[in-house]
Amino acid sequence: MTEKFISIEAIARRYPGAGGATIAVFENLWLSMARGEFACAIGHSGCGKTTVLNILAGLDAPSEGAVIVDGQAISGTSLDRAVIFQSHALLPWRTVLGNVGYAVSSKWRSWDRARVKAHAQTYIDLVGLTGSEHKRPSELSGGMKQRVGIARALSITPKIMLMDEPFSALDALTRGTLQDEVRRICLETGQTAFMITHDVDEAIYLADKIFLMTNGPGAVLAEVVENPLPKDRGRTDLHRHPLYYALRNHIIDFLVSRSKNFAAEKPDHDPRNVPVVHIGKPGLTIAVSGDEQRQTRIPGASPGMTA
Amino acid sequence: MTNTSLRLRAGLVSIVLLAAFLGIWHLATRSTGTVATMSPEYAKLMGLTATQGKSAMPGPLDVGAKLWEHLRRPFYDNGPNDKGLGIQLVYSIARVGAGYLLAVLVAIPLGFIIGMSPLLSKALDPFIQVLKPISPLAWMPLALYTIKDSSISAIFVIFICSIWPMLLNTVFGVAGVRKEWINVARTLEVGTLRRAFTVILPAAAPTILTGMRISIGIAWLVIVAAEMLVGGTGIGYFVWNEWNNLSITNVIIAILLIGIVGMLLDQILARFTRMVTFPE
Repeated sequence: MTEKFISIEAIARRYPGAGGATIAVFENLWLSMARGEFACAIGHSGCGKTTVLNILAGLDAPSEGAVIVDGQAISGTSLDRAVIFQSHALLPWRTVLGNVGYAVSSKWRSWDRARVKAHAQTYIDLVGLTGSEHKRPSELSGGMKQRVGIARALSITPKIMLMDEPFSALDALTRGTLQDEVRRICLETGQTAFMITHDVDEAIYLADKIFLMTNGPGAVLAEVVENPLPKDRGRTDLHRHPLYYALRNHIIDFLVSRSKNFAAEKPDHDPRNVPVVHIGKPGLTIAVSGDEQRQTRIPGASPGMTA
Repeated sequence: MTNTSLRLRAGLVSIVLLAAFLGIWHLATRSTGTVATMSPEYAKLMGLTATQGKSAMPGPLDVGAKLWEHLRRPFYDNGPNDKGLGIQLVYSIARVGAGYLLAVLVAIPLGFIIGMSPLLSKALDPFIQVLKPISPLAWMPLALYTIKDSSISAIFVIFICSIWPMLLNTVFGVAGVRKEWINVARTLEVGTLRRAFTVILPAAAPTILTGMRISIGIAWLVIVAAEMLVGGTGIGYFVWNEWNNLSITNVIIAILLIGIVGMLLDQILARFTRMVTFPE
């Protein structure tokens, strides 16, 4: 929290509702991220996660407040902020190379054809699609399409990657591989990334920081959970880490019960100073011991014990 | 394998149906022998219809022979009322082409603007809804009065009848471009003009081409009627002229050729449509 690379300051988004009333998706939302951080936003449908992402992308504008990226207030879309869409959003009349090349030539308009092609090819290779450059999206599987979406977003070397549930339409196996790819690429390139997800395990695997949002309308950012797992975590032994279940249970408890009546339970919630939760460290905002005891009560069920 | 055999069988059925049709036509129109005895002079006056019981309707053999004659000399010109069928068709196709191209030039850019602007779309909708159902021939007197040239009036009628399907389909196609494709262009900071050509045009192209295909069909339907009215040249005028000459054979030949040319025009547009259609 030392350097605020992205700072969302007091944004609100309201829609005109029935009978002249206005419906606020959220009010007075504050959120910040450091450079190189990977953050996930979790919450139920309708809590305004996608609205936050669209505002960050510049596709939507807040009714109030401002978003500051790298020291500048944003207005509208920018090539600095790449979006990976949930539905991949590839242009079906273009090939893989054509789709990535379209992004490349949009960013570097003076580049000649060969240079655009070479640059696009680098990113197609990076996501493991070498050999499929001349296929059209209709000839690709869902996972491959999303790889093209990732290559397209990365090819413009953005400051931030914004991902709107990028893997939710994929089968579990493909989703796992793509998560590995995204994690590898983000770690290698030091990419700042903001992802929306419904999948708790995806958030734990990928994110450094998890934003928990309450149910909308009138959603608030309830907590920021710091991921206590080591940076070099791997998919296979993730669940063996002693703090894994504490973290997971905390998030699931929030989604199951606390997200519904958060506003009633915490009337003094200050949206500007959202509590940061460090699981497993002393002096915490929440008592984590209860969760850990719950784990250890079940003999053999805790992977930490069996290891 | 099964596909080719299906095509083969379908072709066979088509040939059998054609043969049956021609056979029945031949039988129905053949001579039935002398019907009545009459004075030779009167018989000469009445022709074969009376003397040999021949139907006034030409049979397939008469039509075939006449067609062969036309095909051998498609471009002869013996004055205003006797021109080769080729010349007449070229006149008609040229009129359709001119009116249709003018309509393309107006309808597609206009449709683009209307489709991209919800305000214009709503504002112009009542005018389009009123103008669209007007029979193109109803414009003819107005066109003749204002333009004062029958040939250009015919082109105008083609223009006015082929503009609506293209305009409406372009509006529909442009307004219906998937939001996410537009968003891709927006996040890539693609300018309005480049966005129109690289995202909206290819996305809307199949719908636009479908409109163009409907339009060419309507234009070809209308040209025959328009040329019957304005006269002078063209396949529609040819039909009417041959009716006045009581040459049913020529009328049948003209009908056949109108159908074939219409099919070819449709096929050309269908090919273009296939070229711009993308699988999703």
